[in-house]
Amino acid sequence: MQPDPARTLLRFDRVERTVHWVNAALFGILMLTGAALYAGPISTLVGHREVVRNIHVYCGLALPLPLLFAIVGRRGSRLRTDLGRLNRWSRDDARWFRRGRRSSVRLGKFNPGQKLNAAFIAAAAVVMLATGSIMHWFDMFPLDWRTGATFVHDWFALGIWVSVLGHIFFALRDSESLDSMLGGGIAASWARRKAPLWYDELTR
Amino acid sequence: MTERAGAPVGRRVFLGLVGLGAAGVLFGAHAQDWLERVVGPLIAKDGTGLASLLPVGRFRIYTVTGDLPSRSRSRYALHVKGLVDREVTLTYDDLVAMPPTKLTRDFQCVTGWRVPAVDWKGVRLSDVLDRAGVSTDARAVRFTSFDGAYSESLTLDQARRDDVLVAYELEGSPLSDEHGGPVRLYVAPMYGYKSLKWLDSIVLTKDVREGYWEVRGYDVDGWVGRSNGRDDDAT
Repeated sequence: MQPDPARTLLRFDRVERTVHWVNAALFGILMLTGAALYAGPISTLVGHREVVRNIHVYCGLALPLPLLFAIVGRRGSRLRTDLGRLNRWSRDDARWFRRGRRSSVRLGKFNPGQKLNAAFIAAAAVVMLATGSIMHWFDMFPLDWRTGATFVHDWFALGIWVSVLGHIFFALRDSESLDSMLGGGIAASWARRKAPLWYDELTR
Repeated sequence: MTERAGAPVGRRVFLGLVGLGAAGVLFGAHAQDWLERVVGPLIAKDGTGLASLLPVGRFRIYTVTGDLPSRSRSRYALHVKGLVDREVTLTYDDLVAMPPTKLTRDFQCVTGWRVPAVDWKGVRLSDVLDRAGVSTDARAVRFTSFDGAYSESLTLDQARRDDVLVAYELEGSPLSDEHGGPVRLYVAPMYGYKSLKWLDSIVLTKDVREGYWEVRGYDVDGWVGRSNGRDDDAT
């Protein structure tokens, strides 16, 4: 059966899109309030340290909830499948990172850059939650741990800024891909070009 | 071939990074000291100022009100009052004319951030108190800030220590607005929150009153290491 390249494939279902945008909002608030707590010129501009800190802490504590809520039960089945795809790396994924080989590789639903980004941001969320908790409930931890937690929190924050800005940069360069995070569907022609293995899986 | 086969690299990267984070909590204090020694001098030479955004030897700038308090050195006045023999008001020039004391200590926040080997210059709080003469019934000292919100307290014994300053220089420069200038308190043996910024008045009292951060749960006796639920080595 030869599928119609003009038809639309479901790339992200409603649950995945909702988790994505709730997480995006939380990350946005955390990054901006974090900047106001960290960078002197912004701190002095914004002031109100206690309020900013409380917003940062509560959004941070809320960060795992959307994913945990969405991943369970029948509603989470597509999300779980996609997390499985993000986890597994094919030989072609590894080859994709080497220059000049990109035209010959056949990728799945996610490219290796997205896979790496997902692994980083998931680990960063866990690390930020743990180190942030040490800084917030500081009286339970030795002073050296608090200094270490601050150190880790600072450097991972820098990594998150790079990762999120990179993610937004690549999303804005591919409007079809960005639209599918809003509406869910993507043209089959896009899938055949950018994610041939996924295309094969859906149309075989 | 299904794309869900293949090595679980995502999980390995995830676990590796979480492990790195855990190691950073345990050994980050040492790593930070090392970075400060090795990278700190390079950052100081960076002309673009971008490198100063890196988390090496950074002060966090705390302002608890909505704006950055600011007062010029020429208009600055420090009031010493309460249980004193005579109330006095000291100008910036009055303070600079008094015998100076220099201290170089790590600046340690109770939440964990630390700036190593910070140079301070100021006058001993004890000398300032003697200018006004402390009444025999005074037991504590209360400090207020011209930001209108920040306050702090010390016992009179703590206030008389050699390493408690009314500071007007940081790292060889006059104290900036961000760092609590033109004049702030510097309580070397205690956490950063005790070193009140934008010092406005010093009031001798009968007993210690909770300040801004103590009302919010921090210990009144904020010794570095030995307070806020812990008994660690001081840095």
